[in-house]
Amino acid sequence: MDQTPTLNPAVPPAPAAVAAGSGTPQPAALPVTRQIDWAPLALVPALALAALPFIGSMPTWITLTAAGLAMGMIIFIIASGLTLIFGLMDVLNFGHGVFIALGAFVAVSVMGALPDWTNADSLLLNLGALAAAMAAAMIVAGVLGAVFERVLVRVVYGQHLKQILITMGGMVVGEELIKVIWGPAQIPLPLPAALRGSVLLGDAAIEKYRLIAVVVGLAVFAALVLVLNRTKLGLLIRAGVQDREMVESLGYRIRRLFVGVFIAGSALAGLGGVMWGLYQQNVIPQMGAQVNVLIFIVIIIGGLGSTGGCFLGALLVGLLANYTGFLAPKVALFSNILLMVAILLWRPQGVYPVTSR
Amino acid sequence: MISRLLSHDMPRSRVLAVILTVIVLGLAFAPFLFPGAKSLNVAAKILIFIVLVASYDLLLGYTGIVSFAHTMFFGIGAYGIAIASTRFGAGWSSLAIGACGAVALSLLLSLVIGLFSLRVRAIFYAMITLAVASAFQTLASQLSEITGGEDGLNFRLPEVLAPSFSLSETPFLGVSLDGRLITYYLVFLIAALLFLAMLRIVNSPFGRVLQAIRENDFRAEAIGYRTVVYRTWSNVLAAVFATLAGCLLAIWLRYNGPDTSLSFEIMIDILLIVVIGGMGTMYGAIFGATAFLLAQSYLQDLMGLASGATQSVPLLSALLSPDRWLLWLGILFILSVYFFPTGLVGKLRSRSGA
Repeated sequence: MDQTPTLNPAVPPAPAAVAAGSGTPQPAALPVTRQIDWAPLALVPALALAALPFIGSMPTWITLTAAGLAMGMIIFIIASGLTLIFGLMDVLNFGHGVFIALGAFVAVSVMGALPDWTNADSLLLNLGALAAAMAAAMIVAGVLGAVFERVLVRVVYGQHLKQILITMGGMVVGEELIKVIWGPAQIPLPLPAALRGSVLLGDAAIEKYRLIAVVVGLAVFAALVLVLNRTKLGLLIRAGVQDREMVESLGYRIRRLFVGVFIAGSALAGLGGVMWGLYQQNVIPQMGAQVNVLIFIVIIIGGLGSTGGCFLGALLVGLLANYTGFLAPKVALFSNILLMVAILLWRPQGVYPVTSR
Repeated sequence: MISRLLSHDMPRSRVLAVILTVIVLGLAFAPFLFPGAKSLNVAAKILIFIVLVASYDLLLGYTGIVSFAHTMFFGIGAYGIAIASTRFGAGWSSLAIGACGAVALSLLLSLVIGLFSLRVRAIFYAMITLAVASAFQTLASQLSEITGGEDGLNFRLPEVLAPSFSLSETPFLGVSLDGRLITYYLVFLIAALLFLAMLRIVNSPFGRVLQAIRENDFRAEAIGYRTVVYRTWSNVLAAVFATLAGCLLAIWLRYNGPDTSLSFEIMIDILLIVVIGGMGTMYGAIFGATAFLLAQSYLQDLMGLASGATQSVPLLSALLSPDRWLLWLGILFILSVYFFPTGLVGKLRSRSGA
């Protein structure tokens, strides 16, 4: 937290500065060229470096940083869907947590059904089981997302109050249905055999699963950035975030885009649920509601609707949680909300505000 | 007279009037009509929830603000009484100190949260309050020296309210006149006063402005009302009433812990009751809270029977199991938001053509 005030003077009051992930490419003829707002990007290394003297030992610092990055990546996977849905459709899905819990429970079933693969001492088979769980979770969450959109959300587009209430209701019902299918108790979700334990990097121990989390997180981030910035689809989505009616008047079926993004966002939540469940090594039906608070904080920090901001916010939350967890465990319980307050004092709209809102 | 008491906001539906009268009379004579510890407990909880839900209705139904920090204020009230009573011993003065301290804290906190985040959009406020409330819950369970942590606090009340106190040896109409009965009527009286006060507020010119903001905040601003100020006031008032409801809860239970007053489940319950009962009607709180708590206490037994009867159909049996009653309530909630946004009370009112 202590480095945010020092950054204050360096930040130009530049509302026109556009985020890397969510900005529009501006025509070269305009005097304002596309520039990247670096100050928030510098926050992550600044936070990591600022923590180093307090922690004192280099190997511990590496372990904690890796853990923080891994946690941040998982949070990003979960939150990215929410921020996309919010950015494009102006729908804040309070039921997002259900898809997370659903993904985790599907992983329990899939990995439970493949004991030969998960217990085999072969990295390939283990990863295969993991991939199968992820694929199944994404499909199930995506299908449910389509239903959710059709039954609950479509009726209340543009009505915020009702959206909050309806999606909250969807959350309650979804959680109860999970209890009906999988039972209300906590279920252990052990890691596949070859993914347990840690690798040594010098003196620093890094858990293997965290490396996988970082890889998956980076892959999702890269895929999102590529799709959003390099494809026609991404162009339409970004245009929709900026000005929905304009896209519609140019003849694109924005509704179809909505459904697609909702399904993709739900599938990402399912994927994130698998990762989160394996990270916690157990799943309970209430996990969706618990993670909800976390991802709301992340997307508020990121600037509602921005993918790049969401990525940064997730990394900051993950790192800070691990550092404070080591330095002052009691403070760690409040690190997220303190971070959010600090960021909002610095930039009231989040680090990368979406300009149209 | 009755019309003045109800701030000229009559039920406006014969069925509703009958239902409300039955509920109020039932609550007023609950110790005599339904003897037994469990039913008295349910009746007291109904009273407390009526105040709590009505205060949330002030915020959600009348002003159109979604807050998830309502249980936080509820918990502050309950903890105020609990902490003051454990620290300063049983006595009326510690109850007063606890209540005043809790109200002061709620005032301050709701003012800060309101000024901080009510300027922006509704969604933002909902998320901020969710985060703040969860942080507060963690805080309450962590400060175990003050709040008793997860175990909570057991405390004693002034002698008159203690269960061992007895007004007279001979039972009156078959009910012993003990401290429990006095506590019940204290809760009843305060709850009734608070509810009438809230009814007064929403039917005042101030309440009309709140409804104008709910319907169209842009227009309300254009007419010349500072919507931020009104929203903040509504938030503060709702917080204070919720705090007082929390005080009542602590007095009734003689115990408080994180799960009894702060948990997110209670927040969901409040939301369900307000929406199913009827947003922006106040009477929806009475109707909804009564129906909800009766269902919570007794419907589950019924569902247990139904679940047992359908034992042969595996999935149906699981769906009807008493633990899954929230599922049906959630579905009812969604249907309410869709088809009758003013809830059952609004439905009854529109049927009678008022």
